[in-house]
Amino acid sequence: MAKWFAALRTPVGGFAAALLTLVLALAVFAPILWHDNAFAIDTDAIAQGPSAAHWLGTDDLGRDILFRVLVATRLSVLLAVLATVIGVVTGLVLGTLPSLLPRPAARLVTSAVNIAVAFPGLLLVLFFSVIFGVGTHGAVFAVGFALAPAFARLAQTLSASVAGQDFVSAARISGVGRMRLLIRHILPNIGEPLVVNATIGAGACLLAFSGLSFLGIGVQAPDYDWGRLLGEGLNGIYVNPAAALAPGVAVVLAGLAFNLVGETVAGVIGVRTGLRKLSPRPVTPAREDAADARDDAVLVVENLQVAFPRPAGWTVPVRGVSFTVRAGEAIGVVGESGSGKSLTGLAVSRLVEAPAVVTADKLEFAGKPVLTTPERELRGLLGTSLAMVFQDPMTSFNPTRRIGRQLAEVAEQHQGLPRAKAFERAVDRLRAVRIPAAERRARQYPHEFSGGMRQRAMIGMGLMGDPKLIIADEPTTALDVTVQRQLLRLLARTRAERDTAIILISHDIAVVSQTCERMLVMYAGRVVEDLPSAATPRHPYTRALMAATLDLETDREASLAVIPGRPPEPDRVPNGCAFADRCPAATDRCRLEDPALERVEPEHRVACWYPAALSRPAKETVTAGGAE
Amino acid sequence: MSDLVFDAVSVRYGGRRGLTAVDRVGLTVPSGQVVGLVGESGSGKSTLARAAVGLSPISAGRVLLGGVDVRELPRRPPLQMVFQDPYSSLDPRMSIGESITEAIPRGVLPGRAARRDEVARLLELVNLDPDRASHLPGQLSGGQRQRVALARALAGRPEVLIADEITSALDVSVQGAVLNLVRSVQRRLGLSMLFISHNLAVIRYLSDIVAVMYLGRIVEVGPAEQVLSDPQHPYTRDLLAAAPSATGSLLDVGDASETADVEPADPHHPPAGCRYHTRCPVGPLVRTGRELCLQADPSDDTAHRRHSAACHFSDNESRRLTISRGASAS
Repeated sequence: MAKWFAALRTPVGGFAAALLTLVLALAVFAPILWHDNAFAIDTDAIAQGPSAAHWLGTDDLGRDILFRVLVATRLSVLLAVLATVIGVVTGLVLGTLPSLLPRPAARLVTSAVNIAVAFPGLLLVLFFSVIFGVGTHGAVFAVGFALAPAFARLAQTLSASVAGQDFVSAARISGVGRMRLLIRHILPNIGEPLVVNATIGAGACLLAFSGLSFLGIGVQAPDYDWGRLLGEGLNGIYVNPAAALAPGVAVVLAGLAFNLVGETVAGVIGVRTGLRKLSPRPVTPAREDAADARDDAVLVVENLQVAFPRPAGWTVPVRGVSFTVRAGEAIGVVGESGSGKSLTGLAVSRLVEAPAVVTADKLEFAGKPVLTTPERELRGLLGTSLAMVFQDPMTSFNPTRRIGRQLAEVAEQHQGLPRAKAFERAVDRLRAVRIPAAERRARQYPHEFSGGMRQRAMIGMGLMGDPKLIIADEPTTALDVTVQRQLLRLLARTRAERDTAIILISHDIAVVSQTCERMLVMYAGRVVEDLPSAATPRHPYTRALMAATLDLETDREASLAVIPGRPPEPDRVPNGCAFADRCPAATDRCRLEDPALERVEPEHRVACWYPAALSRPAKETVTAGGAE
Repeated sequence: MSDLVFDAVSVRYGGRRGLTAVDRVGLTVPSGQVVGLVGESGSGKSTLARAAVGLSPISAGRVLLGGVDVRELPRRPPLQMVFQDPYSSLDPRMSIGESITEAIPRGVLPGRAARRDEVARLLELVNLDPDRASHLPGQLSGGQRQRVALARALAGRPEVLIADEITSALDVSVQGAVLNLVRSVQRRLGLSMLFISHNLAVIRYLSDIVAVMYLGRIVEVGPAEQVLSDPQHPYTRDLLAAAPSATGSLLDVGDASETADVEPADPHHPPAGCRYHTRCPVGPLVRTGRELCLQADPSDDTAHRRHSAACHFSDNESRRLTISRGASAS
């Protein structure tokens, strides 16, 4: 509800609402108030121009044009709305029939709609109005049916996409009938876009109707709407331009009212509500000892923060992350969804787009400050020295271009190689990532590659330059275990051969601990533990995460360990330790003060007031069973 | 009585150049037992599950529930399914109570109050507060939604429950809770269950029987302990080796380096003979004298092999493994 009020306060929303109110008020009250005035024949003033008595002049019979335009509002709007209703209902029926009918009949309806959509709307209007006969009734049906095909198509597409969702399948399995499926599940979920389009459709109907009346095949005398008035006024446009302009303006204003209301509704329902300008976010000072700066550091991150503006204020999904990556080092970043691990990876490679704001006390890649160096200067460095591998191999390549060319582009751009040489290098790199028949594969399109092969090609693209760092963001999540192993081995080999550092972002602590020598465990936007993979974790969250991870040695008879509760929402992070609510060892201190990430051993940092003692076993059960 | 039997089921999409997603699969889910079905994505395991509940077209063979073809069962068969994505499997505009009520068979519980009590009972069964019945799915976390999806499936009073990758969209910390719940409910209600996952550790934890699927075929099936401790098919062995575990490293390159980087076969054009021969570490690519794999389909006659393994050389290979293991032990 608040969203609707907010929309009314925007200029477009307010204007649309005012205009629509005016049009509707006229439609209701004008005929009651001025019906007689509109029909009063003033024989003294026939076909006159504007005067004090008749502000917009009079028509051939001496009737006041202003009153006639005002009174015509009701019929014009009513007919437009009627036609819209006919169009929407017919469209809805035609559009949803395919999901109710058996296959062959459904196909017939779909084809009929497809054919109807192919004809221009105006042609359909004229066609139907000839069929239904000249006159108000005929015109209403004509305009309504002409609107139907577009609506049918829209309803069909929308309901097909909803029908493909699992909840519809689930309802079907539990024996819900087709009619109920349509009414309870499909229609409510496609309602919003349909309402928006119906509002805009009403504007179009108004215009179409005026057109028909103007041509003389719509409303017939003695009835009159704006289109008819326009037609009559046009005859005397050189004598009294106002007589033609007034109904014209009325049509435009009413059409505008419908369209703007549609736009506003779409804005509220969609995500287009305008954002207030937020005051710049005060940057929280660093709270943890700076990561040790070393000579061989490839990446130095200090107090990295990423903030997004939300209507309620700034949301900070990454709240001060510090770490260093040395040359040739493999670091795993582990955490649950929403922990900020992917965003950290994106921020480091400068891929976080506005309106998000990235700040850091220090963010240096290969000795260059990433945040302050101009984009142009940085592009070459990032292009050749930093490689990214994303989670979804289906979307990381341009589907319309051959793989080889996409790789070659890197060499053409950054190393200035000629086309043929660059392609040769691309083939060579594909071979380096062990893609079989690289020569042939380079000439294929991304869709001809399997998921695993695409991820390889992505790494190959990174190897076109001489990467110092590969950031792999959940590179194996969409893949199977056997392919995952291939890919992890490839990353390991690349690292060994070229001394490339790797940041492997993953939700799977088992994968990370087996492939990286160090891991950063993230929780609610912060690093809570930074430890060598072989070390015994000391943060209760890391320990719980390890205990909850299933593997092939898990006791089949025992209940699985779980972590009760859920992580805090990024806009509601508590003042104290973010994990306190789920932690078995939390005290009042944990709930009030957030512990800093502190060094407990040379290579081990923990953000916990009560880190577990070293002697305790690595695996422990936090709670068995129980609710989240 | 409520055995779920897949009898040479095939599911084919498209016309002549179409795709056979499931190819003559035979599998039995015995009453009261959990069968874990594991395989890579695209191996046809979800299609097989969807065929049982009528969401995929069965082009050959039949699915029998208690001896009756599922296509001849009444509209609400005692067969329910829980889906992978808890975000799309609940209607965002229906309260979770309504979603569950809808799945209660009509006529079983006349009266609004009785149905409300049933919803409360089901929510309690899945460890959710019955007061939440009026909540919309948007107010729940992924794990909670998956519990609602389970409650909805149980509302249909199923004898057989199909769970299709129900934990793969969940975080590790939530996965455990859902698996604990599934197991306790399965045991308490004595459900038969077909549990599908690509995660061998999850399958191992939950299943009495394990079936391994590759390119539309079941390549090995047997009691869970036996299949996992003594796998007969080279693909099963490969899956086991690739699963992350606390011990051992994923990065150890074994002796199978010739086949390690081979691309998975194209399901539109499955290889002739044994479908696994293009990747098999003990197949014709690696060992000489195994041309049989290129020509004869090992799925045709599996009854005499252990775990019905679809491998011509399963006997030789497992014996060889036993010998080498014995040798290293002594």
